[in-house]
Amino acid sequence: MISLSPNLPPERQRAMLQQMLTIRRFEERASDDYGAGKIHGVVHCYIGEEAVAVGVCTALTRTDRIISTHRGHGHCIAKGADLNRMMAELYGRQAGYCKGKGGSMHIADFDIGMLGANGIVAGGIPIVTGAGLAAQMEGKGGVAVSFFGDGASNAGPFHECLNIAATMKLPMIYVCENNLWAAQTSAAQTHAEIDVAGRAAGYGIPGVVVDGNDVFAVYQAANTAVARARAGEGPTLIECKTYRWRAHTERKGQPDPRDKAEVEAWLQRDPIALLERQLRQQGELDDAVLRAMESEIAGAIEAAVAFSEASPVPLPEQATDDVFAA
Amino acid sequence: MRELTYNQAALEAIAEEMRRDPKVFYMSTDALPSLWNEFGADRIKVMPIAESAITGMGIGAAGSGFRPIVDWRQVTFCFVAMDQIVNQAAKIHYMFGGQAKFPMLFRASVGGGGQVAAQHSQSPYSMFMNVAGLKMFLPSTPADMKGLIKTAIRDNNPVISFESGRLMGLKGPVPDGDYTIPLGVADVKRQGSDVTVVALAWLVHEALAAADTLAAEGISVEVIDPRSLVPLDSDTIRASVRKTGRLVVADEAGPTAGFSAEVATLVTEDPETFARLQAPVKRVCALQVPIPYSPVLENAVFPDRSRIIAGIREVLRGSRAVAA
Repeated sequence: MISLSPNLPPERQRAMLQQMLTIRRFEERASDDYGAGKIHGVVHCYIGEEAVAVGVCTALTRTDRIISTHRGHGHCIAKGADLNRMMAELYGRQAGYCKGKGGSMHIADFDIGMLGANGIVAGGIPIVTGAGLAAQMEGKGGVAVSFFGDGASNAGPFHECLNIAATMKLPMIYVCENNLWAAQTSAAQTHAEIDVAGRAAGYGIPGVVVDGNDVFAVYQAANTAVARARAGEGPTLIECKTYRWRAHTERKGQPDPRDKAEVEAWLQRDPIALLERQLRQQGELDDAVLRAMESEIAGAIEAAVAFSEASPVPLPEQATDDVFAA
Repeated sequence: MRELTYNQAALEAIAEEMRRDPKVFYMSTDALPSLWNEFGADRIKVMPIAESAITGMGIGAAGSGFRPIVDWRQVTFCFVAMDQIVNQAAKIHYMFGGQAKFPMLFRASVGGGGQVAAQHSQSPYSMFMNVAGLKMFLPSTPADMKGLIKTAIRDNNPVISFESGRLMGLKGPVPDGDYTIPLGVADVKRQGSDVTVVALAWLVHEALAAADTLAAEGISVEVIDPRSLVPLDSDTIRASVRKTGRLVVADEAGPTAGFSAEVATLVTEDPETFARLQAPVKRVCALQVPIPYSPVLENAVFPDRSRIIAGIREVLRGSRAVAA
């Protein structure tokens, strides 16, 4: 089951499906290319959680600001980042978003309000809260969104920032992607209360739990929170219950202590399949449209790979560029 | 010329920059009365004691087009924000390929002498010097303070203003009007020919006093205040040592992997300067201990003019002849 369709035109709803599929296909390719040694270091896949990024970002405008986590591809794509420059960054090339300085964990695009994926759990929460303060000082109705995981909700910056945002009535939306696992450790082992959203009560702000695999439910919760933030009424904490399908990283041979039955149960609630079924029921999607969508995405990803392979690797002397801004 | 205290000079610089640029705003756990009275709640953000959040919020505001000043008050309080300083502020411009600027000023008082024990008597600037992506300075006079703070607020990078707690009430001449002092330019506070003393903050004044004492004996001491730690003006330091042939480094911090070690290395790894050295480099630093409370103990830990004089005598005694 998925919640009833929101008040969005059919083409926007199809665009949500297309973005979710783009995230998934992008990461499937990234995982393959990582396994093939073309992508280095570490890659964290967002597959299974696509409805969160897409649902939230559908409620935003281009100038609204977001911050992401080490598992950041989905937020980048949902905010409108360029696949070519994303893939080129994963490939460590000059044409990448970070000129090959950041890699998978650090993609940012400040032109679209994407303030960066961040490799430190809870590290981005203060930064994006500062973007919320900036939006408040700008006075143009902008909002800022902090994406973070259940692990981050146990760290100090989460609590510090919720208190500050509530006190200052900052136009913030705190989106906890509760995928039940912080790296190799279960939320059941580390959370005093199972619902992160309940922590909002301590700061006197709304805290809502939504089905994070239901993109319309996420969108509607985000839309409510964004309206509240734009109206100057302060922050909201949205907890999206979701699950990552893959291990913590794509590194081969790492332990994945999750119970097979737990993983299997979540695979049955594929956010993309749920949305697809809903759109078909609404008469807004058929096989031909879906095939065309998949074909377009496949083309875009092939193009991103070709773009990346054509981009030169950085020159060694570029290692000393951009330590300081001019 | 009119006189201001070291602290007044800092506040005057900040107020002038806030008048000049509406994007500059101030975050602090306590409102500073003079700034609060002039700029009010729109520009002076009174924050809870949550330095990690405040520091990170400065980064986010900077990346969104503002020029925040984050006042950590004492440097010791910024240690709870080390993730934001080291992992975020220092790296974010580079890590994102230079696509956004993060202009920020962090303020932190440093040093000892106040009988407030180990947690409130610290000079950890070399910890920060070790992190690529941060600029920082530590002035010794009100005039330098004002010019450096104004430069730092206009800089497009995170800059830490380390401010000597001992000097807060020190009065000195400060030019009228708008002026800046660039980062990375040392000031030769006293010309001399026999030995170079590179000193920071309070120890600049102690070194000048030592130079006065030794002048009566015919010993000519050159005193260099780097002012800026990153970037550090190695050219001026090396040129001075090539002239005098001797170097004493005076620092209120401990010696281990510290500022003093950096200065000694700048001199010894430069072949031309090394060739002119007539004596081993002498460091006059705090003892490598947490700073103790009782005045007798605290005074035993910190260097002062008498230890600088002893250090100078040591390098003069240990001198060798080098070819001109």
